[in-house]
Amino acid sequence: MNSQNMSKKDKNNYISSGSEWSFELIEKYDEAIAKIAKEYKLDTYRNQIEIISSEQMLDAYSSVGMPLGYHHWSFGKQFLNSERNYKRGQMGLAYEIVINSDPCIAYLMEENTMMMQALVLAHAAYGHNSFFKGNYLFTTWTDASAIIDYLLFAKNYISKCEERHGIDEVEKILDSCHSLMNYGVDRYKRPAPISAEEESKRQAEREHYMQQQVNELWRTIPINPDSQSEILTTRFPDEPQENLLYFIEKNAPLLEPWQREVIRIVRKIAQYFYPQRQTQVMNEGWATFWHYTIMNTLYDRKLVDDGFIMEFLTSHTAVTYQPPFDSKWYSGINPYTLGFAMYQDIRRICESPTEEDKQWFPDIAGSDWLETLHFAMRNFKDESFILQYLSPKVIRDLKLFSIKDDDQKDHYEITGIHNENSYRYVREQLSQQYNLSMKEPNIQVWDVDLRGDRSLTLRHIPNQRVPLADSTEDVLKHVHRLWGFDVHLFSVDDGETVAQYHCPPIKTEEPSE
Amino acid sequence: MGLTHIIDRRLNGKNKSAVNRERFLRRYREHIKKAVSDAVGKRSITDIDRGESISIPSKDLDEPVFHSGQGGVRETVNPGNKEFSTGDHLERPPGGQGGQGSGQGEASDSGEGIDEFVFQISQDEFLDFMFEDLELPNLVKKQLKDTTTFKYVRAGYSNQGNPAKINIVRSLQKAYGRRLALTGKKRESIKELELKLIALEASPDNHAEEIKTLKEDIEQLKNRIKKIPWIDEFDLKFNQHIKQAVPSTSAVMFCLMDVSGSMSQMHKDIAKRFYILLYLFLKRNYKKIDVVFIRHHTSAKEVDEQEFFYSRETGGTIVSSALKLMDDIIKQRYPAADWNIYAAQASDGDNWNDDSPLCSKLLRQSILPQVQYYSYIEITKLEHQSLWHEYVSLSADFPDSFSIQNISDDSEIYPVFRKLFARKGTHNE
Repeated sequence: MNSQNMSKKDKNNYISSGSEWSFELIEKYDEAIAKIAKEYKLDTYRNQIEIISSEQMLDAYSSVGMPLGYHHWSFGKQFLNSERNYKRGQMGLAYEIVINSDPCIAYLMEENTMMMQALVLAHAAYGHNSFFKGNYLFTTWTDASAIIDYLLFAKNYISKCEERHGIDEVEKILDSCHSLMNYGVDRYKRPAPISAEEESKRQAEREHYMQQQVNELWRTIPINPDSQSEILTTRFPDEPQENLLYFIEKNAPLLEPWQREVIRIVRKIAQYFYPQRQTQVMNEGWATFWHYTIMNTLYDRKLVDDGFIMEFLTSHTAVTYQPPFDSKWYSGINPYTLGFAMYQDIRRICESPTEEDKQWFPDIAGSDWLETLHFAMRNFKDESFILQYLSPKVIRDLKLFSIKDDDQKDHYEITGIHNENSYRYVREQLSQQYNLSMKEPNIQVWDVDLRGDRSLTLRHIPNQRVPLADSTEDVLKHVHRLWGFDVHLFSVDDGETVAQYHCPPIKTEEPSE
Repeated sequence: MGLTHIIDRRLNGKNKSAVNRERFLRRYREHIKKAVSDAVGKRSITDIDRGESISIPSKDLDEPVFHSGQGGVRETVNPGNKEFSTGDHLERPPGGQGGQGSGQGEASDSGEGIDEFVFQISQDEFLDFMFEDLELPNLVKKQLKDTTTFKYVRAGYSNQGNPAKINIVRSLQKAYGRRLALTGKKRESIKELELKLIALEASPDNHAEEIKTLKEDIEQLKNRIKKIPWIDEFDLKFNQHIKQAVPSTSAVMFCLMDVSGSMSQMHKDIAKRFYILLYLFLKRNYKKIDVVFIRHHTSAKEVDEQEFFYSRETGGTIVSSALKLMDDIIKQRYPAADWNIYAAQASDGDNWNDDSPLCSKLLRQSILPQVQYYSYIEITKLEHQSLWHEYVSLSADFPDSFSIQNISDDSEIYPVFRKLFARKGTHNE
């Protein structure tokens, strides 16, 4: 054994041995990984690696990955919660958090072994980083170079508001905005990039201008009787609006300018996180694929020893483990597993396609795998990625099946499994599962009673008869707080109102369920 | 692809979440205050000084968002199929949610209490909540005047200083050392020459000439040694003193208690809790606190804490004996100029009738002018007696430094304590 080691040592050039890390070693690994990443054409932002302690990791958790955030009690709640879970040993800490910014900030925990640090480097600093820089949703929706500055602007602005208007007032607005945060995104329009410097400069102008606009809308000049009938028949807005926060920011009658700015801040931050919510499988899969490929390349080049690669494989297997649906550990599909399996599979289809592959993926079977993989990373989101690339083989490997739960029937129905007849069906169903607009209730601004009681009417269009949950009344209170006048919400399925909610509640008509 | 920048952030503060945590406590302060107040009532006295686990109903800290409820048609894709085929019908599990659960469930099925949000507050926070809105009367007075005073303490020696601080022993040591060092060679030569001289003088030949030169050389060397100063300026060593802050905010707390036969253990326990609150409160405001326990029946005695609370005595009651003793102790050990004096007296109100006016006089003339605060609690459910009435008239004359309260059972301690030490602003309204 010993002599074998000796002879090996002559041929290898291991970067490290043992599990202790040091700054020099991290640098060396980074160099080696960067070199490999370049060979695989991974295009990244500059990296900023920050070594932190586990307490600091807890801090990072509670600010939902924002390196600096405004102050709010809900972040404190989250902190207390993760602190308790961590102390009780119910929760391990993530090995890494990575921020979509330029330079791309990745946190490494000091408790990690050398192998873990290298793994996280490959995963976050080269995997996620290249995804942030390359995927169309990120390039369209976020401005990595401006986010840190913007968060700083937001933090300072909100602090200033707190000084001027009191913590309670600001907290109220933030509470209400947070409850609508998922409805603060333009899904189809390309939003203006956010930049802090400009933001500060324009903020004052905007305050003035915005208020003017709002006043214009609500001006109560006597209307001549002829045009009145016309007004009654047109709705405002003309088209239903899906961005509730934007609509409220621009049109709520009573908000003060600083309150509109706070809404805007929450909206902008929601927008920044929007791509991440839509690319979970793709993003984690991509990072996992690359840490796997890079670590194996390190091993092939004899830069790491057997112990290192064994330790790595243990971690990797744990991360990509998918418990079956009937396991007590099951909590949905593991995005690491699905994403990793799909990218691996795309490479396989390119490199050694089977007959089935040639039939299903004539365009990519036998093509250059690296190019195909980069194309897939750049141009899709989870929903379309799955629809495009989920192969029969992956469906078979994961033994995916779709199941239908119809509350009007007394049983579940299996609608598709991993067989020839239902590959396509299962694929479509899984793709739908990642469609955000299917996951979240479809609620839009329907009408505002401009000349009457100024009430705001929202419309919910149920998908497959799925109703709104009990929390709806509470959310409406928040909408009411922002809007300042009565708020109504109607669930309208096929032109028929199936449920309605009002804030303040209307006592006369008991909404019967 | 550019350079990677590696930063060690471990030394940055770890309390990035402190403000958010504080915001959380602030928002739920009513919940927390209630929990703290309950805990104060329940805890044993030796146990008051630690943190507490606070539990808040989860529904009170919900952050509602729109999400889907139960019902309608849901279709989900799941992994790990074993025996299902397309078209299979499965029994709906009783009350179960199919496939992926929808939204956040209200109840937890794993036994872990999800309807309560539990978290820890530290000992400091516990006490802060307990003492909220409280402020010791007249505290500001002394604090503004002398938050820090300095005293000089010895801190080694220095080469500079004023003549008054010369350290003679050190200076002479230094001089002696210097002289030894500077004269070593010369003394060696003298020795050599002297040996030669002895040899010459002993020899039978005539060496008068040589002896003469030798003697001259020796003389010359000795003269040169003499010329080396016995003490030089750089030999001088001075005592060095540095300024050191001393906690001038020191307080003494007098606990006076009646231990006559009429005071039961229950009375004493109530009194004890009151003293503990007072002590904890002082501890947060002063760096140094002395506590003096004075127990009395017909005569007073200074005792230690154990004896104060637990030894039994019987007999009549003469309150003034304790007040006299307190006055003496103040004069001897705690001059009012240097100490913030607080006193808390507990009694069941029993006193020898003729003594009460004397008490009043003692307080009025010598004690109250010296103390920051004197509080009297009477633990009784009965009619007040002469002592109470005497004290009531005192409190009118010393509204800032004297107060009396009645406690009839355990649960009243905390509210009464709060009332006693309520913020001035609200107090005066």
